[in-house]
Order: sequence, then structure tokens, then C-alpha cells
Amino acid sequence: MRVVVAGAGTIGSLYAAHLARVVDVGVLTRREDHARTLNERGLQVSGRSDFTVRVSASTDPGELGDAELVIVACKGGDLEPLAAHLEGHFAGATMMTTQNGLGAEEIVAAHGAWPLLSAVTFMSGTRHDDAHVQYVLDTATWIGPYRDTSPEDAASVAELIRASGLKAEAFSDLRPAQWSKLIFNATVNAVSALTGLPHDFHFAEGMLGDLVHDLVDEGKAVAAAAGVDLGEDPWEMNVHATRRGHAHYPSMLEDVIAGRPTEIELITGSLVREAGRHGVPVPLHTALYALVRAKEASYS
Amino acid sequence: MRVCIVGCGAVGSLFAANLAQLDDVEVWAYDASRAHVDAINADGLRLSGAGEVVGRLRATLDPGELPACDFGIVATKAMHTSAAIGATAHAFADGCVATVQNGLGNEEAIAEHVARVIRGTTFPAGRLVEPGHVQWDVKGDTTLGPFEPRPAPIADVERLADACTRAGMPTHAVRDARGPQWRKVIFNASTNPIGALTGLTHGRVCERPDLRRLVTGLVDEGKAVAAAQGITLDADPEDLIDHAAKPEVAYDHKASMLQDIEARRTTEIDYLNGGIVRFGREHAVPTPLNQAIWALVKGVEDSWTN
Repeated sequence: MRVVVAGAGTIGSLYAAHLARVVDVGVLTRREDHARTLNERGLQVSGRSDFTVRVSASTDPGELGDAELVIVACKGGDLEPLAAHLEGHFAGATMMTTQNGLGAEEIVAAHGAWPLLSAVTFMSGTRHDDAHVQYVLDTATWIGPYRDTSPEDAASVAELIRASGLKAEAFSDLRPAQWSKLIFNATVNAVSALTGLPHDFHFAEGMLGDLVHDLVDEGKAVAAAAGVDLGEDPWEMNVHATRRGHAHYPSMLEDVIAGRPTEIELITGSLVREAGRHGVPVPLHTALYALVRAKEASYS
Repeated sequence: MRVCIVGCGAVGSLFAANLAQLDDVEVWAYDASRAHVDAINADGLRLSGAGEVVGRLRATLDPGELPACDFGIVATKAMHTSAAIGATAHAFADGCVATVQNGLGNEEAIAEHVARVIRGTTFPAGRLVEPGHVQWDVKGDTTLGPFEPRPAPIADVERLADACTRAGMPTHAVRDARGPQWRKVIFNASTNPIGALTGLTHGRVCERPDLRRLVTGLVDEGKAVAAAQGITLDADPEDLIDHAAKPEVAYDHKASMLQDIEARRTTEIDYLNGGIVRFGREHAVPTPLNQAIWALVKGVEDSWTN
């Protein structure tokens, strides 16, 4: 079996390295020197796993051959150009999106007739260099069918990911899980990016905890109006995550610290747009959306 | 007339140095900075910029040195009000104490220690350049009025306003000073933390339509809390906000709260948005946006000690 991982940031590198222990893995990178480094040095994982594997990497999807599964693992903001780059390749593959927020599936679907699986991932890591990623949070990837795929397809990909040493779970309908994560991310990531706080106890108590709770409630109202029964309760997810013992730095906080564009459009933006579509007022998320976008504007 | 400035930072120094120009006013200053106090006592207190003034006055770190005063003018940052007036209250046993501070709750804190209190709002601004020297950036009016629960006699309010005006700090004595105070508080609470959270100058905040809508949401909550108390604003804070956004006014101004955050200094958020939330609760007016902004800025402060 052959799997291609498109996008070799933190999440893509974690998938590629682990899967390369059980199947043949190709990695699609954006930069030539990144592909060259991976081909020469392989991909090293530290932290919760500790190994180095060989992968074949290229910036040209045509050079990677066909695959049965393509995991699309770039950041949300890079998805449109990456999907366009994939167009016309991997005719025999099922595509699996892993981006935060809503709408990644539609973006990929517009560029080819591939069967699609939808996924969200809670694992996290730190990228040390092009060929070295640290596996930090060993939380699961959740997978469900999206277009021309069945729950069994989702289950077999989850099985493959588990066999590689990562955690994964299949759902017959991903939307409840996806929306739980959407509400969780829209709340936690934006509050973290604006305050500079890692996701720690401040998010579950006191004044900031009250704000987080109110933000989650707004999100739940949108989910209800959209006809989605949530999976896990986003407030419980929040409280649980703050009790892990070490504080996690959400990627949106790392982005604003580094002066990079954030995923605010795909996450909070899609929640606010869904709210507008269903006529649900979300004044707090609307405020965070405006504030984070303004913070991005302050870089220049 | 003897006046003591309590907290002789930028704004306190504007009052101190100008009042010291008057022959009939003796000025004292109580401040916590030894370098500033020593410089004032050695060479006088110098203002430059909007006015060139050197004031001769007595400054002290030791509240025990203060003689009995007719008036106090409290000009500390809002979080230091209680400690500063607690230490100096003995000097005002027979006098009146005015606040020219930012935010809400300063009058209440002063009234815990002093019998006759003057509510106040001031618009002049400056910054400390070095010990003994303050840059006077902006001229502006001051409004004083009796603090309703523990009021100073209006004749005393007028006497202090007259002295400030003669000294070059135009000051109005009014029966109800809440309107100007709430206008300024609403302006500050609706713009300063937005600049602080985003890193944008006042003008750039105002030219982003989504952010400007958030500012209006904050203003509307503040107006509702003021209205519930029967306060008539002397002007619409929205006009002040749009005026300040003009290139020739304060487009490039970094809010003091943004400067505080960049320097990792505790902000006055508790007395701005926090004050609006507290007064809103007392009068059953919901203030969810002010509460959210308050929580976010407190979160920023908490992130420094993590």
C-alpha cells in the first residue's frame, strides 16, 4: 500500500513518519530544499516516539506515483493552492482532509472527483527542522466519510493510522466531532492568540473561564441551529485539556508570536458565517474574529 | 491656599507645575519615585511641549511631612488610589480632595478616607521624560464637581477650579460632573483595550469596519449603563472617537494601555471596562462585550507571570 502525505508541516510530518513504518510513504512538499533534505536524511520523530524513517519526497505530485490514500495535511490557509496543485493527480486515491474549521472538504472536492474522507486531528507536535518533528500530544485523529466513501473506508484508514503508532477513531458521521472541535478551536485558539496565554487553567476558571464558557455556549447555539448534535461537549474538552499537567501552546498563539497569518478564517470565520446563515447572534465570536484579524493586520 | 498633588506622574505634574506659578497657592507633591522627588526639590518641576513651565514646589516621599492642605488632587494610576490616599488622608482632615484620574471607582476609594470629595475628569496629557521633567503633549479642559455621596461644598469646588484656570489649566466647576467623566471613560474603555489587544494605533482601529463595529458595541453598552444611572453625557463618545482618528489628531497614537502592555505594566482595565461592568451589574444592565474585553486584557496580564 502507498500513502502520500501532502504538506509536511508538523501534522503532515507526524503522519508521514509514523505511516512510513508500516506502508510506503511519499511526501509532497512546497519547497525543493525540503524535499531534498527528506530524501537525504529521512524523517526523525522525537518525543512520544523516537525513530527515523526513509520517505520519498518531491514538490511534484507527478513524481510521487499513484497512491491509495492521500492525507492532505497543510494549514487551512494553504489548502486552496495545494488542492489546485493536486488536480489531475492520484486518480486512484481517496483524499482525506485534516484541516481545522469547516469547509476543507469542499475546497478539495472542487479540484477533483476523488472519493473524500473528512478528518480532524487533536495530535500536536513541534517542528524542529525540515527533517525532525517532536510528537507532543498523542491525542486522536477522528475520521468519517464525506463523498463516495463509507464508514468502513473511514474505519480502515483509522486502523492503518493506529497500526502506525498514532491514535485514530472512525465515525459514521464526522460532523458531531468536527463541530465539537470547531467550537473548541474557535474559542481556545482565539482567546490564546489574543491573551498570549497557553491553554492552561486560566481557561477553565475565573473571569477568562466565564468568557470561554460563554463562547462555547454561542458555538453550541450555532450547532443546534445547523442541526448538528455535538459529539464531545467543547467545554468539557476545554476543562480536560487544561488539566493535562503541561500547558499546550495552540498553533494560533504560535502564529501570532511569529507574526504569521493564522487559521482564523477557517475556524472562527466559518463559525461566524454559519451563525449568520442560521440567524444566530454570536457577538463574542464576532468580536474575537475582528480582534484576531486586526492583530494579523498589525504585523505590517 | 495649599494644594497637595497626590501622585506626581505626568498628569499630576501638569497640575503641580502650573499651580506653582500662582503667588496665592503653595504646592506640595507626594510621589513614590525617589529620583523624581529629589529632582523636583533640587531644580524644580519642568514642563515642556505644549507649555514651557518650571514650578517650584516641595515634593516628598514621606506622607508624614505633609502639612494640613486645603485641597488634594489625586493623580495616581487608578490601582494605586487606595494606598496613596490612605497614606496622605491626614493632610486633608479639613480639606477637600479631587481626583483627575482615569476610570471609575476612584472617588469611592478616596471617600473611604476623606470626608469632602470632588469628582473630576481631565483631558490634558503628557509623559515623564526624566526625573523632574514632563513632556506636556496635549492641552485640554478639566471638569470638577462634588462627589455626590461625600460632596465637597460647591464653593470649594469653584475655588479649586478658579485656581487651576488661573494657572493655565482651564477647569470648570459643575454641580454634576458625571457626564464628562462617563464620556471619557466610555471613550477610553471602547478604544484603549482594542489597541492594546491588537497592537494597532487609534486610527488603524477605526478604519477597520469590523473592529469599528466592536468599538460601537462597547460604546453602546457604556451609554446604557450611564443612562441607567440618570447620567447625561455631555457629548457623544462616538464623535470623540471619530475626531481622534483623524490624521492630524491622534491617528498614529498608541493607546496608553498598548504602551502598558508592550512594557508589561499592569493596565487600568479594572477601572475602565471593569468599572462599566460593575456599574452595569448594580443597575441590571448587561455588558457582555465590556466583560469579554476585560477578561482578555486580564488574560494578557496573567500571561506575563506564567
